[in-house]
Amino acid sequence: MINIYEVHETNQMIEQENLDVRTITMGISLLDCAAGNIDELCSNIYNKICLTAKDLVSCGEQIEKDYGVPIVNKRISVTPISLIAASCASGTEDFVKIARAMDDAAKEVGVNYIGGFSALVSKGMTTADEMLIRSLPYALPATERVCSSVNVGSTKTGINMDAVRLMGEIIKEIAENTEEDEFPHCAKLVVFCNAPDDNPFMAGAFHGPSEPDAVINVGVSGPGVVKTALESCRGESFEVLCETVKKTAFKITRVGQLVAKEASERLGIPFGIIDLSLAPTPAVGDSVAEILEAMGLESAGAPGTTAALALLNDQVKKGGIMASSYVGGLSGAFIPVSEDQGMIDAVVRGSLSLEKLEAMTCVCSVGLDMIAVPGDTSASTISGIIADEAAIGMINQKTTAVRLIPAIGKDVGDRVEFGGLFGYAPVMPVNRFSCEGFISRKGRIPAPIHSFKN
Amino acid sequence: MNRAIITVVGKDTVGIIAGICTYLAEHNINILDISQTILQGIFNMMMIVDVSASDISFDELSDGLYAVGEEKHVDVKCQREEIFTSMHRI
Repeated sequence: MINIYEVHETNQMIEQENLDVRTITMGISLLDCAAGNIDELCSNIYNKICLTAKDLVSCGEQIEKDYGVPIVNKRISVTPISLIAASCASGTEDFVKIARAMDDAAKEVGVNYIGGFSALVSKGMTTADEMLIRSLPYALPATERVCSSVNVGSTKTGINMDAVRLMGEIIKEIAENTEEDEFPHCAKLVVFCNAPDDNPFMAGAFHGPSEPDAVINVGVSGPGVVKTALESCRGESFEVLCETVKKTAFKITRVGQLVAKEASERLGIPFGIIDLSLAPTPAVGDSVAEILEAMGLESAGAPGTTAALALLNDQVKKGGIMASSYVGGLSGAFIPVSEDQGMIDAVVRGSLSLEKLEAMTCVCSVGLDMIAVPGDTSASTISGIIADEAAIGMINQKTTAVRLIPAIGKDVGDRVEFGGLFGYAPVMPVNRFSCEGFISRKGRIPAPIHSFKN
Repeated sequence: MNRAIITVVGKDTVGIIAGICTYLAEHNINILDISQTILQGIFNMMMIVDVSASDISFDELSDGLYAVGEEKHVDVKCQREEIFTSMHRI
């Protein structure tokens, strides 16, 4: 039988070390919503989401109460909208209408974000894909809870540089269009390479075409738990360090697995995957940077950071995989700047640069995430940064992503406030040399040699 | 069997266990195991209970126990056992 020390350990993780289930994300297929005209399509989308997810929030809250573990977010991901809208959308305004229908549905069922206003364009853009992308500067400011992602490359297809170039322009345009808004709408847009079909985390969640009608995916978290565990092994060997991370990741993931199975049973929707990610929040002690520092770095970004992160990421997976029957999504440590107080401090201290973050993305789960860049950064430079990240993903057969926030009217050293889970970000310096000549080339970068495995 | 774990954390005073046991008895909840210890200088008690014959819902039980704890100025939590077994048992 369970003993008092085990109970105490679990409750201490929850109460003092910020152990939580970061999100229960319900993936909903909208493929059956396609219609001949835009109004019918919007109403189909609204009805399908409201019907399928009507009990999602209450079910999440009940599980939270039963087990005494916080479930921070209940969210929805849907089939990439460009696929659904291709049958009838005739202009960007039609996509704005769809985004509004998604936003209304999200508000109706009470979820804080809905992902899937997306286009998968790793090899080429259909007319609908391009319209969706061009609608983003209007669709994102017009909605509150809609998140968007665009997959511009993959190991199998190479990188669609036309899409990369367009995304640089679009990100810049969103930032310029919404300069007056308090919330940076670029935070709701992720540009991916090798985007997974079953990612439960926003803003990049969408319900891929390979998924069933509906599915429950769960993202676990707990950087604070890992950090506390590591504090007890200062000065110990790497073996002890790795064992500690692994055991802790196992425990964290078991909670996620329990919640996922319960949610799936109670909602009558199949369980998809657990995403084994260490997702930080701006809360003190809930930071990936602090884990790296607990390993022995003076400040995140110091030499040794990439190795420490690689070790952390690998051990989290090794511990977590055994704890769950299905693992998927992004699965790894997130290194968003604005959402992690330790990262913010490292940037302010001057120990962490954009280039070091780029190196870190080679060994962790996502990419350049929630990074504020000076408002006068050109569209081609943003595209260049996206192309670099996509290349890392393509060559290393991993997911990479870019979520940049051009801070209009601000420069290096200024601060951008996002509020809530998004935190704030110091504006980081970007290399000032131009990549215009490279980015303005048309076409795509071919798939790498090691993708030819047949 | 449908089991829950009740934990009490706070300053030890007269009647904490009595208060909780009375509440459980009133609602037909059987106590399977009780243990207590001082952890980091704070009184900790844990009860494993069987809630399968309980005459109230799990929510009501959880809220009811919390209220009993408030009277005694201690923190009382009631959680389903699975969160602990899944974390600590393979």
